[in-house]
Amino acid sequence: MRIGVVTFPGSLDDTDAARAVRYAGARPVPLWHADRDLRGVDAVILPGGFSYGDYLRCGAIARFSPVMAELIPAARAGLPVLGICNGFQILCEAHLLPGALTRNAGLRFLHVNVRLTVSNGRTPWTAGLPVGDLLTVPVKNGEGAFVADEATLDELERAGQVVVRYADGAPNGSARDIAGICNTDGNVVGLMPHPEHAIDPLTGPSSDGLGFFTAIVRGSDPPYPPARDPARPIAETAIVSGARDRANRQRASGEAL
Amino acid sequence: MSGEDTVEVAAATPEVQQPFKELGLTTDEYQKVRDILGRRPTAAELALYSVMWSEHCSYKSSKVHLRNLAPNADQARYLLAGIGANAGVVDIGQGYAVTFKIESHNHPSFVEPHQGAATGIGGIVRDILAMGARPVAVMDALRFGPADAHDTARVLPGVVSGISFYGNCLGLPNIGGELAFDPSYAGNPLVNALCVGVMRHDDLKAAVATGTGNKVILFGSRTGPDGVGGASVLASATFGGAEQDSTAGDGGGRAAKRPSVQVGDPFMEKLLVECCLELFAADLVEGIQDLGAAGVACATTELSAGGDGGMFVDMDAIPLRDPSLTPAEILMSESQERMMAVVKPERVAAFMDICRRWDVEATVIGEVTGDGMLTMTWRGGTVVKIPPRTAADGPVYQRPFARPDSLDALLTAGPEGLVRPAGGQALRETVLTLLGSPGLADKRWVTQQYDSLVRGNTVLAMPEDSGLVRVAEETGLGIALATDGNGRYCTLDPCQGTQLALAEAYRNVAMTGAVPVAVTNCLNFGSPEDPGVMWQLAEAVRGLAEGCQALGIPVTGGNVSLYNQTGATAIHPTPVIGVLGVHDDVRRRLRAGFTADGAEVVLLGTTRDEFGGSAWAEVAHQHLGGRPPAVDLDAERRLAALIVAAASGSVLASAHDLSDGGLAIALAEACLHGGHGCAVALPGDAFTALFSESAGRALVSVAVGREKEFAALCAEHDVPATVLGITAGDALTVENAFQIPLTELESTWSGTLPAIFG
Repeated sequence: MRIGVVTFPGSLDDTDAARAVRYAGARPVPLWHADRDLRGVDAVILPGGFSYGDYLRCGAIARFSPVMAELIPAARAGLPVLGICNGFQILCEAHLLPGALTRNAGLRFLHVNVRLTVSNGRTPWTAGLPVGDLLTVPVKNGEGAFVADEATLDELERAGQVVVRYADGAPNGSARDIAGICNTDGNVVGLMPHPEHAIDPLTGPSSDGLGFFTAIVRGSDPPYPPARDPARPIAETAIVSGARDRANRQRASGEAL
Repeated sequence: MSGEDTVEVAAATPEVQQPFKELGLTTDEYQKVRDILGRRPTAAELALYSVMWSEHCSYKSSKVHLRNLAPNADQARYLLAGIGANAGVVDIGQGYAVTFKIESHNHPSFVEPHQGAATGIGGIVRDILAMGARPVAVMDALRFGPADAHDTARVLPGVVSGISFYGNCLGLPNIGGELAFDPSYAGNPLVNALCVGVMRHDDLKAAVATGTGNKVILFGSRTGPDGVGGASVLASATFGGAEQDSTAGDGGGRAAKRPSVQVGDPFMEKLLVECCLELFAADLVEGIQDLGAAGVACATTELSAGGDGGMFVDMDAIPLRDPSLTPAEILMSESQERMMAVVKPERVAAFMDICRRWDVEATVIGEVTGDGMLTMTWRGGTVVKIPPRTAADGPVYQRPFARPDSLDALLTAGPEGLVRPAGGQALRETVLTLLGSPGLADKRWVTQQYDSLVRGNTVLAMPEDSGLVRVAEETGLGIALATDGNGRYCTLDPCQGTQLALAEAYRNVAMTGAVPVAVTNCLNFGSPEDPGVMWQLAEAVRGLAEGCQALGIPVTGGNVSLYNQTGATAIHPTPVIGVLGVHDDVRRRLRAGFTADGAEVVLLGTTRDEFGGSAWAEVAHQHLGGRPPAVDLDAERRLAALIVAAASGSVLASAHDLSDGGLAIALAEACLHGGHGCAVALPGDAFTALFSESAGRALVSVAVGREKEFAALCAEHDVPATVLGITAGDALTVENAFQIPLTELESTWSGTLPAIFG
């Protein structure tokens, strides 16, 4: 299995995400922000970091990069996408996930190990993780408080889109202790904690985070629709290209920023 | 004066009064510049000499002493590049080399704590980058006034947020450092930042401009008006007390108009790092220099002075953020996130391609020439024409030094007369008082603001004895780093105090199982114009030189920060010593905490009645006097060798160095870090056993079943070992004295800093 890891200017945990993919038995494929090309990967990770220096708003500029013009329609068509920390922020800015990530309650960057409860074990990134399981994983961010209006939060809970919660209360003021959510189809997941930093007890608090990466590898037998192979003509994936055109228009308007 | 002040104008107008004093030059130094040039300097040249000859850039007061640090052949056996390069380079085996350096950003961090500390990280990272290495981790050694002092509430949170902001956004793990409080730093905090980088042997880069016709490229951020005069005026002068809102003059001598503290952009620095590493990998760079203190002035003079020819710079080509800058200001600007490279003409296009890929602005601003002169033009006139070595080498001063008379009184007023706690209850209270004191309490209020995990190779970080970073995933090769300093010991005896700091950092690195191999240092002292301070500096350097020889490891680089004082009062002399160790397999690293019940607890080394400068004397009695603990570097070597051998054979379950607060604090920390209590019996006098700060000691727990093997190793290495007891339960129990539940230790230890800083 080939899993793309996008590097934006200012991405920092891209090498770590790639290492986690490798530990899970898949092949990491570097994707470059400026290339409108997903290189035919089976899934994509948007890693942590400070894309574009967090200027304007976290993730707000990365969301308009060329690679996102390919990724957004592919994700809407079912490509599994995992956004970690800054990646989660980018997915919200791209409207692939609802809500937004705001300044931590303490108004300071916070790096602590947290315990997470899995509440949805049906996404491609959590398949096989027993619901209710406690996972020890680090969080490290300045803008990690998930917010959404009450109706959206209710809907996320009702539809099972809350993927993981902070088991001991959110350290950053996240609404309803939400640590990660997915889209309605479940293929796009955003996590504020960093599972890629919990793949080996030597370099992290546990190896509990590896489960997110083995899940996608293990689940790759019933294939999720792969991203458009660059060798294949665009017309073969009509839905994808239609969505891409929409994304292009959005991108064009965004470039006026 | 402005751009019209060309070399020709200067030659024709020798009588013009120049603001050399405002720029930090003495009358003698100014005259020397005139003698070198055979005319008065232009405004731009005056600016250039003033920053290059500043204490901060030229080391003019410390140079005569620093020469003693040059390593001998034995010490230098693992060195690929030594002092003089931007940072020393150490061979760590398997084709890898490591470069590391520590640098001060004390004065900017007092004036503007957030940006001052942030740009301190940025500057040291570019130093490491300029050697051709990928920066892999940072550390910071911080010293402030009393934790509850009014101004500490401004300075400390600002400094920490600056380091957090810059280091986290740059993507470098912060793996450790120090946090200390003392009234002597109230008006002059110490912010020392360390960076370590890793490269392959053949990646080593030099800061030289060679090859006539090669292009000089300035890349990174544009040059703006920030930090003008930072090196000459801010970092090389004393805070008076009232002038804390310091602003520097500019080259033209007009009224001060902008802050002399630089503003950092870690995002640009991240792009610059990745861009440079790609440029190195593509072999497009002949020579490279970071722009730090003294900006373009320093980079151009050092590159050309280190090379074989001269350099021509077209100052009109330098991209500016503020078009009103004068040539003098352009030369002195300390705008951050800039680098200068020397590139063969046929490789310029490829160089520019990589810069474009990373959105890094790059401009050819000149070329290497064969005339031996550094020449700069601006708007059609020649504004600089100097022999670059005269600016790069700078003056050398033999400043008078003398042992301060006041020292005798300090040494005589020893800790012997201080009332000592007696009985279990009093000892228990003393343990808790020390554990909850700001200097010994839990540092998580600070370290939780730092990313220690990014890049995925951090094996140990704070609160462990030293940071440990994996270099090679396949083999487990890694590097350990610790910094230590103790201004109180150094006030009592700067030579011995420096050796104690060296010994502690050496010991901390060895506690992980790493072999200590190299030393860096940041020498923080008061004004060199005070003979007493110069004596402290000379003694500290002597201590460091002799100590490193005794330990058989070289000093690979360092930094001197002088004028750390408020008015006439200098800080405690505070050499901060960093030691680098090599770990052959980080999977066998040792941690400080007790990891399991049932392990034998052993104290290594010899405990004497030593309380001069101790944490107990400070916390319980606000006392500083007497002799600091004795140093036995041979014993330190044996102890380190023992731990390394034991770690390599997996004979130990934990290892923790004894330092401030002695065995009491080491026991409490081992319990807290590992989450397991212990029951111990103390040999001899309980107070001395608990709180003495005798050097060369460690607290270990032995892997179950390996006790005899470890005892044999101790005998083999001639290290005294005292079995204290066993790890067990959820309390720290000292037989016939007291018991403290882990929950009480934890709340005492962790409550202090949040209660003060929110």
